[in-house]
Amino acid sequence: MNPLAIIGRVFLDFLTAIGRVAVFTFHGVRHIFMPPFYLRLLVRQMMTIGYFSLPVVGLTALFTGMVLALQIFIGAGRFNAESAVASIVVLGITRELGPVLGGLMVAGRVASAMAAEIGTMRVTEQIDALTTLSTNPFKYLVAPRLLAATLSLPVLVLVADIIGVMGGYLIATHKLGFNAGTYMKNTLDFLQTLDVVSGLVKAAVFGFIIALMGCYHGFQSRGGAQGVGKATTDAVVSASILILVANYFVTELFFAGK
Amino acid sequence: MSDTPNKIVLKDIHKRFGRKVVLDGLNLEVPRGKSLVVIGGSGTGKSVMLKCVLGLIRPDSGQILIDGQDSMKFDNGEREEALRKFGMLFQGSALFDSLKVWENVAFGLIQGRNMPRGEAKEIALEKLGQVGLGPEVAELSPAELSGGMQKRVALARAIAAEPEIIFFDEPTTGLDPIMADVINDLIVSCVRKLGATTLSITHDMASARKIADYIAMIYKGKIIWHGPASQVDTSGNDYVDQFIHGRAEGPIKMEVLKP
Ligand SMILES: Nc1ncnc2c1ncn2[C@@H]1O[C@H](COP(=O)(O)OP(=O)(O)OP(=O)(O)O)[C@@H](O)[C@H]1O
Ligand SMILES: [Mg+2]
Repeated sequence: MNPLAIIGRVFLDFLTAIGRVAVFTFHGVRHIFMPPFYLRLLVRQMMTIGYFSLPVVGLTALFTGMVLALQIFIGAGRFNAESAVASIVVLGITRELGPVLGGLMVAGRVASAMAAEIGTMRVTEQIDALTTLSTNPFKYLVAPRLLAATLSLPVLVLVADIIGVMGGYLIATHKLGFNAGTYMKNTLDFLQTLDVVSGLVKAAVFGFIIALMGCYHGFQSRGGAQGVGKATTDAVVSASILILVANYFVTELFFAGK
Repeated sequence: MSDTPNKIVLKDIHKRFGRKVVLDGLNLEVPRGKSLVVIGGSGTGKSVMLKCVLGLIRPDSGQILIDGQDSMKFDNGEREEALRKFGMLFQGSALFDSLKVWENVAFGLIQGRNMPRGEAKEIALEKLGQVGLGPEVAELSPAELSGGMQKRVALARAIAAEPEIIFFDEPTTGLDPIMADVINDLIVSCVRKLGATTLSITHDMASARKIADYIAMIYKGKIIWHGPASQVDTSGNDYVDQFIHGRAEGPIKMEVLKP
C-alpha cells in the first residue's frame, strides 16, 4: 500500500476517534446535569473509585514521599542546601507526584474495571436492555461514573498528599537526622495554598479522564471476551497517556498565573 | 392516531453490516392487539429486525411507524416516550448481572417509572411466580441461575411493566417442553388479558402455532410469506413448507459442507 495513503488513513482514524470521544463526552456531561439523578449509583461509584483506592494510592504516596526525601537530601547535600529538603518534598508531592502517581494508579485500577464492566454489559446486550427499560445508559452508567471520579480523586489526592509528606517526614527525622519541629516548620512555611489547589484541580481533571476513558472504551467494545479485553487495555493506556498530557497543560495554566 | 389498524409498520427496511446485507427491503405489519410470530432460519436477520424497531440499530433506509408515527423522526424525548410502550425479551436474556433477580424484574418499574422499591418488588415477585420461579429465586443473582431460568427471569422483566407492545426473541428456546407450554400460555394471556400487541420470534413450531394470530416467514432479508396462523399448513409456499416440516431438502439451501 502507498505509504501516503497509510498516513492519511491513520490520521483520519485519529480524527474520527477524537470526534467520537467528543460526542461521548458531551452526552456524558449533559446527563450529569439533567434529572433524574441516580444518587445511589453515585454513592456506590464514589465508594469504588475513592474509598477502595485508598490503600493503593496511600502506599504509593508513602513510598514516594520517603524516596523523595532521600533523593533530595543527596541532591541538596551537594549545594549544602539540606534545609530545603522539607519544602521540596512538600512541593513535589502536592504539585506533581501526588496527583500524577495517584491518577495513574487509579487509572490502572478503575479505568480497567469500568471498561470491563461496561464492555461486558455491551456485548451481552445489557446496555440495549437498559434502553428498552426506559433508562438512558448515559444517565445510568456514564454520568454517575464521571461525576463520582471527578469528585473522588481530589479527596483521594488530598489524603495522598498528607501521607506523602508524612513519608518524607519519617525518613527525614528517623534516618537523615532532621529535627522534627524544624522539618514540620519548613514544610508548612513555604507551602502556598495554590500548590495544594493546583494539585487538586489536576486530580479532578484526571478523575474525569479516567472515568471517561473507562466508559468510552467499554461502550465501544465489540465481540465477546476478546473485545472486552481490548477495551480494558485501551482504557488504561489511553487514560494514562491523557493524564500525562493533561498534566502538562494544567501545570502550564497554573504556571502562567504563577 | 392510535386507531390505525396496525400498531407497528415496517416499510422497505434495508440494513447491511459492512458488505453483508441482512435486511433487504423488509415489509411487515403488526396488527394492534394481535400476536404475530416471525419464523425463519438462523441468521436471517430476525433479531436485527426487532432491534431496528426499538431504535437500537439504525436501518440504512426504510420507514418504521409506531402507532402511525415515524420513529426515525423522533427526537430524544419522543423516542424515550415511545420506548415506554415496549417490553423486550432478548435472545440472550441480557439480565443485569450486578443486580438481584427481583431487581432485574422490577428495573423498568423502579428506574423507568419511579415506583417505590417495595411496591415494585411485590409486582416482581408476582411476575416471577407467573414464570414458575419462587420467591427464593428472587434474591439470587442471575449468574446463579440456569440458562432456562435466566430466560424466564428475562421474560418476567419484559412483561413486568405491562407494556403495550412486547417483543419476544425466542421465548421458549432452552426450556423443557412443559415449561415452554407454560410460557406459551403466559404470552397468550398477555395478548388476551392485557390487550398487548406482541411480535415473537421462534423456531419452535409448536410454540408458533399456539401463540400466533398471524405468522410471517423471513428469508434472505425479506418477508416471503405472511398470513393467519391457521393457514400456515396450507400456505402453498415451498419455503414455508420446508421450514415447518424441518426438512433439509427443499428450496432453502443450508450452506453446510456435506461429509
Ligand atoms: N452488530 C452486528 N454487526 C455485524 N453483523 C451483525 C450484527 N448483528 C447481526 N449481524 C449479522 O446479521 C445477521 C442476522 O443476525 P440476527 O441476529 O438478526 O439473526 P437471527 O435471524 O436472529 O438468527 P437466530 O435465529 O440464530 O437468532 C447475521 O448474519 C449476523 O452475522
Ligand atoms: Mg436472533
